[in-house]
Amino acid sequence: MNTLRILGSIVINSVERLGRASLFLYEVLAGSWELLRRFYLVVQQVYAVGVLTLLIILVSGLFVGMVLGLQGYNTLVKFGSANSLGLLVALSLVRELGPVVTALLFAGRAGSALTAEIGLMKATEQLAGMEMMAVNPIIRVIAPRFLGGIIAMPLLAALFSAIGVLGGHLIGVGLLGVDAGAFWSQMQNGVDYRDDILNGVIKSAVFGVVVTWIAVFEGYDAVPTSEGVASATNRTVVYSSLAVLGLDFILTALTLGDI
Amino acid sequence: MLNRKSLEVWVGLFVAAGILALAMLAFKVGNLTTADVMDGYKINARFDNVGGLKVKAAVTMAGVRIGRVSAIEFDSNKYQAKVTMDVDGRYSNIPRDSSAAILTSGLLGDQYIGIEPGGEEAYLKDGDVFLRTQSALVLEKLVGQVIFNKASESAPSQ
Repeated sequence: MNTLRILGSIVINSVERLGRASLFLYEVLAGSWELLRRFYLVVQQVYAVGVLTLLIILVSGLFVGMVLGLQGYNTLVKFGSANSLGLLVALSLVRELGPVVTALLFAGRAGSALTAEIGLMKATEQLAGMEMMAVNPIIRVIAPRFLGGIIAMPLLAALFSAIGVLGGHLIGVGLLGVDAGAFWSQMQNGVDYRDDILNGVIKSAVFGVVVTWIAVFEGYDAVPTSEGVASATNRTVVYSSLAVLGLDFILTALTLGDI
Repeated sequence: MLNRKSLEVWVGLFVAAGILALAMLAFKVGNLTTADVMDGYKINARFDNVGGLKVKAAVTMAGVRIGRVSAIEFDSNKYQAKVTMDVDGRYSNIPRDSSAAILTSGLLGDQYIGIEPGGEEAYLKDGDVFLRTQSALVLEKLVGQVIFNKASESAPSQ
């Protein structure tokens, strides 16, 4: 009987949270229009979630590209097609690794910071204070962070993929001696701008919305204690990573396979 | 927090770098520059077997890409495949008696259409059909033929 009760409360709680999160998203989107007049608020957040995440994205992108170059070369050389290395590196980065790894890093670096910041604002009653002064905290605090994340994420993913291709070029052409001409021409023949690159951009935009949504909602919905903020930050990273990986499969299946 | 000016500079740099990366992906990694056929015209060809030819495959002449395959259909009246090609408008002087063949780039590469020019003075126009075509080489058929020949060679000697 008790087990059933626990199960029921879990289901009711999660459905309730989902409903709150959807209403919250609606309020944020409705409030975003107000920000066109005060766009500087968004610019500030693009700096906080975009520019400050740049270093980790660029370094990881470079190393992921270099590892792809090494691993791909060792596999391809067995089949005598080491010239396709550029194609392999570019396709894996543009289609999968760029958007997914960027979203995971983004959730860890920017998402957790967003949740902690908003959660702490709630815990120290700054959000309540704003409401007292007739300032809507959703428009003033949440919506700029949401829009900043949505703007930053596709740009970060593009930078990740671009620097990854350069990293693959560095290892493949510079170290392993793949012909530079073949590296680029095979890549250009095989990578389609609509099927591959635009798909990657759409993926990263979707991930940006989902990760930032989870991050700001968890912060806004956090229990206003230090413990509550800690567990909200934790949940942001776990939920957004799971959401990114699950959505990645769905998006890939929708765009790639004929399901 | 930084002051407003340097913050704006950083954000501007970030956005510019991101757009630059996108442009690099589109032009340098992808094939945005070569994908478009300039005001092209359509030519059709009928093949007995298209093998692994796909839509968007290259149409080449003397090894140079002059267009791409825009549609592949099955013609149920003639039991043949009807391939429609988009050819770049700059190359409007393909002789009428040219032949189209489905070729393979490398042993395991993609299949594409190669056009051998004929000698006639009249040129192919929009909607015309190739008179002579050569179907794709199907590897399984060749292997089957070789095995069949071997078997028939060794049969009488027993």
